[in-house]
Amino acid sequence: MLLFLLLAGVAFYAWRVRRREHLLQPWRRLMRSRSGMASAVVLLAFVAVGVLDSLHFRLPLERQANNAETHYSPEVLSVFDLLAGPLRKQLEKTYSAPFAVHLFTKETIELPGGKQTRDFPRLKYGGAHLRDPVADRAADIAVTAATGALYALVLCAVMTALLVLWLARRRGVSPGAAWMLIRHGHDEIPWRTLLATIGLLILFVCLAALLSAKYHLLGTDKVGQDVFYLALKSIRTGLMIGTLTTLVMLPFALLLGIMAGYFRGWVDDVIQYTYTTLSSIPGVLLIAAAVLILQVYMDSNQEMFDTVAARADIRLLFLCIILGVTSWTGLCRLLRGEALKLREMEFIQAATAFGVGHFRIIARHILPNVMHIVLISIVLDFSGLVLAEAVLSYVGVGVDPSMQSWGNMINGARLEMAREPMVWWSLLAAFVFMFVLVLSANLFSDRVRDAFDPRVR
Amino acid sequence: MIQYIIRRILYAIPILIGVNLITFALFFVVNTPDNMARIHLGMKHVTPEAVAKWKHERGYDKPLLWNGAAQGEKKATDTIFFEKSVGMFAFDFGRSDEGRDIAYDIRTRMWPSLAIALPVFVIGLAVNVTFAMLMAFFRATYVDLAGVVLCVAMMSISGLFYIIGGQYLVSKLLHLTPISGFDGGFNALKFIVLPVVIGVVAGIGTGARWYRTIFLEETSRDYVRTARAKGLSELSVLFGHVLKNAMIPILTGAVVVIPLLFMGSLISESFFGIPGLGSYTIDAINAQDFAIVRAMVFLGSVLYIVGLILTDISYTLVDPRIRLE
Repeated sequence: MLLFLLLAGVAFYAWRVRRREHLLQPWRRLMRSRSGMASAVVLLAFVAVGVLDSLHFRLPLERQANNAETHYSPEVLSVFDLLAGPLRKQLEKTYSAPFAVHLFTKETIELPGGKQTRDFPRLKYGGAHLRDPVADRAADIAVTAATGALYALVLCAVMTALLVLWLARRRGVSPGAAWMLIRHGHDEIPWRTLLATIGLLILFVCLAALLSAKYHLLGTDKVGQDVFYLALKSIRTGLMIGTLTTLVMLPFALLLGIMAGYFRGWVDDVIQYTYTTLSSIPGVLLIAAAVLILQVYMDSNQEMFDTVAARADIRLLFLCIILGVTSWTGLCRLLRGEALKLREMEFIQAATAFGVGHFRIIARHILPNVMHIVLISIVLDFSGLVLAEAVLSYVGVGVDPSMQSWGNMINGARLEMAREPMVWWSLLAAFVFMFVLVLSANLFSDRVRDAFDPRVR
Repeated sequence: MIQYIIRRILYAIPILIGVNLITFALFFVVNTPDNMARIHLGMKHVTPEAVAKWKHERGYDKPLLWNGAAQGEKKATDTIFFEKSVGMFAFDFGRSDEGRDIAYDIRTRMWPSLAIALPVFVIGLAVNVTFAMLMAFFRATYVDLAGVVLCVAMMSISGLFYIIGGQYLVSKLLHLTPISGFDGGFNALKFIVLPVVIGVVAGIGTGARWYRTIFLEETSRDYVRTARAKGLSELSVLFGHVLKNAMIPILTGAVVVIPLLFMGSLISESFFGIPGLGSYTIDAINAQDFAIVRAMVFLGSVLYIVGLILTDISYTLVDPRIRLE
């Protein structure tokens, strides 16, 4: 629900921007930078997984003969779960290494002759199709990977061909000339980088899809869940925290910041006092205290939160709210400064002289002129929020432990590090996924700042 | 100058009262003392007498904000809020819910925190400035580009991974330092080295990139062009002119965190088992000891405000053009 509102908002913004040249210009500049486009593609891939994972529904159970009503299963699924069906269902018993065919721990196995030995048992799903797992495994992996690469190559070729044809139509040149434009990077949009990034993504998706159908790509965790699946599910949590927090913080920062700068006087004093007070409380401590309180409150009012999922959702929402409360002060201060500067400008004074109301001045004249600051700081803060989730989960005040998130994965991996031999794969999975997301968010925010900051021009 | 400082300190008082109100509202209004007593005494089989006794021992049996039953000025003073807050301003933190003296705990646990945080701050500053100067010297070359890419990559790694990776590499594989723990006197050195190194490395990404932009901003100033026109070499311009001027924003930006060094680092202290204030806070959070968390929140805000005042003073010290009125 919230998600659709958000998507609608983004669509509306895009539509507005397309119609106005001066708003379109910074985006054009963004499109021309290579790292900006590459990181945008990666970010979009993450967002796509997160959106797919947010489309929830409940599967109908078998229709019963005597009852015309359809019953729904209590389990809430998402579109993503459906796509990754086998990954979700193929549970092993406990830990297994990436690409393993045996469990990680020894167990007593009953041999056909009635004897018992202690050995690593075969996995139920990982590499179950192999007859002689030790000898065949390497060859099978290689063949599967090669098939995946082949698929990816075909897809890339098709995509490139489509792009060449589209570009040729758009620029009014022959397909051959369009191809040369792309190859030599003469067009204003860096198609080469774009193609390379999308190609890599496709390659990764193809490999992952084919390999994870047969093996546990990143091993399994303590209760035998596929780590790769968990890491993909965590994307939604990370993105949710980033966007929800921004949504919470934005109205505060916008309203109070502009009001403080525009009205000055006692309004300014009150708002300044509020944000100095809030920002002087150490952030982690405030968050920890607030989450603790929520925990206590939920424990004492258990009847209000019946299911585990509801509790986890409430906790996530509350975490976002409190993160928003602690993080609006920075943007608020920036906006106050900008509004202070703007209110002395001639066009605002002219508006005042014409008798335009305060509300209209703020909405029509000040707001559009601070939007670039808002956009830059939103994008800049996003990566910080994703990282903060991991730290907070470690302290024990992050998202609910039953929720899949990178922070919880790292937290669980702490105990696994002490095992001998070490269980390293869930840590690695969380590391790689977080690194890629945060790196692309950082690169993207750099480019956004370059494109939107008027001082850089 | 002195007038200015006094005024700033006076300004700090309403802010601190606000901080106290917020923490108070969080801890006592949402979560009544009755609830707290039950949690500490165990959820089941708690008699009302035991709750009352627990509350009375800790002074939680008074009204929250306004005591209507009392006389005169006692209406405002004979409450939990007043009693718990006034002590804070005198740095008398009282006892934790477990009965330990918080002020004593803070005094003893401050030093291990400082032993880690101070070297991280000083060495980190030096390393970051060095890297930033290196990138500024080779600006617009592949060295600079590689440096920036490296910085962005290092920024994107969660601090937790630096700690986990460092512990694994140095302590578990190479056996150079103990994994965690702490000791008094000179023995502490071997426990300190690894957290300090990791703290410095984890900060390079953000720090060096930030300082690089400051250096680049300085190198585009007029006095740099003049210095070059005089025929000075690039190196002597960088060290003789740019470094001095760039240190103004760098130092004044760093001053605000100096008082907060006492608070230590929440994460690295609990990973390395260092008995500092950071791990103290985390333990208190996990044990739901509200008295300690409240004291730490208050201490943190006091130190932050001290940092802000110090920043203003440091501006006047490094830049004689600025006067505080």
